[in-house]
Amino acid sequence: MTPSHRFEQVLRPTPKGLWCPEGDFYIDPPRPVDRAVITHGHADHARAGHGAVLATPETLAIMGERYGADFAGQTQSLAYGERLKVGGVEVSLAPAGHVLGSAQATVRQNGLTVTASGDYKRRRDPTCASFEPVPSDVFITEATFGLPVFRHPPDTQEIGRLLRSVQQFPERAHLVGAYALGKAQRVIRLLREAGYDETIYVHGALERLNRLYEHFGVDLGPLAPATGSKADFAGRIIVAPPSAIADRWSRRFPDPVTAFASGWMSVRARVRQRGVELPLILSDHADWDELTATLTELSPQEIWITHGRDDALRRWAELQGLTARALHLVGYEDEDDD
Amino acid sequence: MRAFAVLLDRLSFTASRNAKLRLIRDHLADAPDPDRGWALAALTGALSFTAAKPAIIRQAVEARVDAELFRLSYDYVGDLAETAALIWPARHGANREPELSEVIDTLNTAKRGEVQGLLEGWLDALDADGRWALLKLVTGGLRVGVSARLAWQAAADFGGVEVADIQEVWHAQTPPYADLLAWLDGKTERPAAMAHGRFRPVMLAQPIDEVVDLPKLDPAAYAAEWKWDGIRVQAVSEGGVKRLYSRTGEDVSAAFPDVVDALAYEGAIDGELLVLREGRVAPFGDLQQRLNRKTADAKLMVSHPAGIRAYDLLAAEGEDLRALPFAERRARLEAFVNAVASDRIDLSPLVPFETWDDLAVQRAGPPLGDAQSAEGLMLKRLDSRYEAGRPKGPWFKWKRDPHLIDAVLMYAQRGHGKRSSFYSDFTFGVWTEDADGIHVLTPVGKAYFGFTDEELKQLDKFVRDHTVDRFGPVRSVTATREFGLVLEVAFEGLQRSKRHKSGVAMRFPRISRIRWDKPAKEADELATLERMLEQIER
Repeated sequence: MTPSHRFEQVLRPTPKGLWCPEGDFYIDPPRPVDRAVITHGHADHARAGHGAVLATPETLAIMGERYGADFAGQTQSLAYGERLKVGGVEVSLAPAGHVLGSAQATVRQNGLTVTASGDYKRRRDPTCASFEPVPSDVFITEATFGLPVFRHPPDTQEIGRLLRSVQQFPERAHLVGAYALGKAQRVIRLLREAGYDETIYVHGALERLNRLYEHFGVDLGPLAPATGSKADFAGRIIVAPPSAIADRWSRRFPDPVTAFASGWMSVRARVRQRGVELPLILSDHADWDELTATLTELSPQEIWITHGRDDALRRWAELQGLTARALHLVGYEDEDDD
Repeated sequence: MRAFAVLLDRLSFTASRNAKLRLIRDHLADAPDPDRGWALAALTGALSFTAAKPAIIRQAVEARVDAELFRLSYDYVGDLAETAALIWPARHGANREPELSEVIDTLNTAKRGEVQGLLEGWLDALDADGRWALLKLVTGGLRVGVSARLAWQAAADFGGVEVADIQEVWHAQTPPYADLLAWLDGKTERPAAMAHGRFRPVMLAQPIDEVVDLPKLDPAAYAAEWKWDGIRVQAVSEGGVKRLYSRTGEDVSAAFPDVVDALAYEGAIDGELLVLREGRVAPFGDLQQRLNRKTADAKLMVSHPAGIRAYDLLAAEGEDLRALPFAERRARLEAFVNAVASDRIDLSPLVPFETWDDLAVQRAGPPLGDAQSAEGLMLKRLDSRYEAGRPKGPWFKWKRDPHLIDAVLMYAQRGHGKRSSFYSDFTFGVWTEDADGIHVLTPVGKAYFGFTDEELKQLDKFVRDHTVDRFGPVRSVTATREFGLVLEVAFEGLQRSKRHKSGVAMRFPRISRIRWDKPAKEADELATLERMLEQIER
């Protein structure tokens, strides 16, 4: 049996997603299944309608908030680091550093360890636990930013650009597009860490998730709904989902500077395409250096790539003498790209 | 370099003029000398480095990055300098980040063979924004949407002076403009403007309101002349220095060596740059082919000879004439042009008239000849001094009424900046018949102004409510014989165009009225435009 075949006894790519034959469950399946392990709460990984869901307590809470309490037949929570027997395998979750509650799912069987990392990043994020490397025979990685042109600058630099602009244009509102789960709370928390203690105004679509983050101990400081008269928003920061910043909703603000917090903002054509005036390169995904450093650190026997730029990452692995394989899993999008 | 990089980055994504002015003004206030002066030089196009060709950049990158990874990245990003800036592998602590002035000083004295090594050292030391700015700078052409005029305005805002004061002294200064900036800082007097071949800030006219302004004016106090449809220029020749400036003071000499050669005099003429064939004005399209070129094309100079039709005389034989009344300057100009006796420089004739009604008749139906291609008339007070800017009262422009057609809205595109939430750029078409004799719309132009804010809201709503297809930021809307939105489009001129499917191109099209009341099938036909074109060309 080739190594790949042995590993596929533990976890196997199928058209319905990553499947564990011995445990009979899928990881982040794109369509409803009987039993699912969910790595994190973003909609393309966490869908409603599964028979049973295993996830971290935070991810279960996020799914409950988004889909309603009956989003699955039954749920079971598993804290980071705990191990659970499922059929003939052992399952554990380790922090992935992507968003609140995000986890890498590790499956162990007969001395083999396969880790599906879901989406992850390596840099510090004040709103969630940091990525913990899990020594594995197979490491399954994303490659959303798997091109060497993606090197996200330090967060403090990007938040500094925003604050500088607020100072420079005190008569204008600053409208920051940020994905509702994770990015929005991270932007707010980073602003607090940079010493910004004014009220931050938020779009209605963020309110429930903000409350949930606060419930899990992430202090977002003074927030208020973005309602009021135009003049009230001069010199203010408003955080909204990306789809709202260039839409009719934005007209309630005085001559807004539209900012967008996303890893794609390092590419100028993407900035222009979206009509963004102040790009903020802030991503919840690993950039090229984080991806390659993680793979070097773990040096697994095999690297499996779920989605993104698998071509470039495979080329890199080849140059390093690592074995990498593209799974071409469908259904995963990048949340910044809506 | 960091502050300059941040400035360029922000400018490149900023659409609003006021916001750009603020960004540049703040940079002049915050950045140290001499970096801010070099930044001003870069923004006004006063620097040109040609040593760093794209091939050098590519070679440098390929020496450090796997060719396959570079190819994949370049495919994705689509721009060489940007790909190089992003992909360049960081060498933390490798070098100290260079200052802008250091880069410029070093490049100015570097030998050709040294450039690649210098670039590599700087790329190692900079971050991605810094690398992008460096590569933009050394390959020439910042393309961040800033004209020299805008940069001067920002400098004027910074110093609390008039932009004309900056233009007046600009061409006597050299980068990094230490004297100019010291003056703007309020530390010294304005530096001297006495340089041969310098630019004088241009005097512009207010548009006249026929109902309000005209009845108050005394026709005997004004001279009238045709407003030629070319490019307003200032042609200076002093002490052997010959320069041709645009009306904003940008030096356009390089594109018009034929005209510059003809400046065989000692003085400064204000006039209209035109393509002149045997003393006759060619259509604006002919001149357009000679514009926006860094150098002149020899064949084009023969087929499209340029010349100047003179309006005014600002200096002659070392004497500044700008404080003299127009009538006196005009007399000096006539003698001056006659003495120069060049077939590339002629006189813009005065239009005789007794009453405003006389003049209105001539404006509506100009006599045969060049006047038919004029944009309208200029009115100049006989006692007016030559003042910088656009003072109200001494000079007026009285343009011909625009052409009008009714067209149907076909596509709309999102605007920029303030208008980014609105569909504000409108492509419109007129009816024509296809091969099967079926009525179809053919696009004839694009307009993004002419409407009020309230009308923009209504147009935006119409686009959203009647979208039939989307391509990125563009929507196509319902536009059939049975249903469509008719726009009354006003435009100044019409010319034949091979680039447009319809074969015609409009000058300054704008939406003059929204015809909510008019059925789409009653909009104009392409044949109407073709008839207009024939009339214009006659």
